[in-house]
Amino acid sequence: MLPSYVPVLILALVAIGFSAFTLGLSQLLGKPRPNPAKNSVYECGVPPIGTARERFPIKFYMICMIFILLDVDAAFLYPWALVFRDLGVFGFLEMGAFMLLLGGGFTYAWKVGAFDW
Amino acid sequence: MIDVILFYVFAAFTLVSALVVAGQRNPTYSAFSLIVTFCSLSAIYGLLGSPFIAALQVIVYAGAIMVLFLFVLMLLNVKEESEAPRKALAGAGGVLVLLFVVQVASALLKADVFHAPPGYEASTVGMAQLLFSSRFLYVFEATSILILSALVGAVVLAKKDL
Repeated sequence: MLPSYVPVLILALVAIGFSAFTLGLSQLLGKPRPNPAKNSVYECGVPPIGTARERFPIKFYMICMIFILLDVDAAFLYPWALVFRDLGVFGFLEMGAFMLLLGGGFTYAWKVGAFDW
Repeated sequence: MIDVILFYVFAAFTLVSALVVAGQRNPTYSAFSLIVTFCSLSAIYGLLGSPFIAALQVIVYAGAIMVLFLFVLMLLNVKEESEAPRKALAGAGGVLVLLFVVQVASALLKADVFHAPPGYEASTVGMAQLLFSSRFLYVFEATSILILSALVGAVVLAKKDL
């Protein structure tokens, strides 16, 4: 069972190694020596007020819901693709109804202008 | 042997990051710690021989659900918790934790997990055949209606002029 996870392990190692290498190398070569003048706002920038975490427009939330709709849709398509030949017409109709409902939701969001900013 | 070691490593990761989620005062950091919890849980699912659930845990939970959490935090503008924890609430929480531990312990002892049969390889094909059989037809289609209603709800809330 475990040997089949070796590609996942390699991917994880490459991802961790790459980020550690990049950050470590820039730390090593750049030798950051911060001082107040360096950390101050550059040229025509304005001094920051508060944190970067401000309230966001709700439109992002709507885009997020549409993303989840398609995400769950795709998640169900993986196992369906494995067995859809054995399932025959029944499986096709089953998935078709599922896709039709979600596609209807997508069309509805499109129609009412959820994508218009 | 190696999978036992891996299990303990990922279980430790899960528990520590879950404690950080609960203990962290800045909700955004809690959310990021929750990603670590989800990913280590995914590794545990993989160790239990269920690669599909492991993939779903990362794709749906660490991906989509996490984005949803972060957007809710951003929408509500939840600031860092500043008030000191209340004594009475802490006491009630302690009692609930104790009850939960007792319940989980009794369930584990009843199920006799210490002599449980070794894990078996769950086949994704078998799972898919069961999921798409007529037995779960209604539940499967109801899932799409559930997601649909969530989407319509979000659109109705977000759009002022429909």
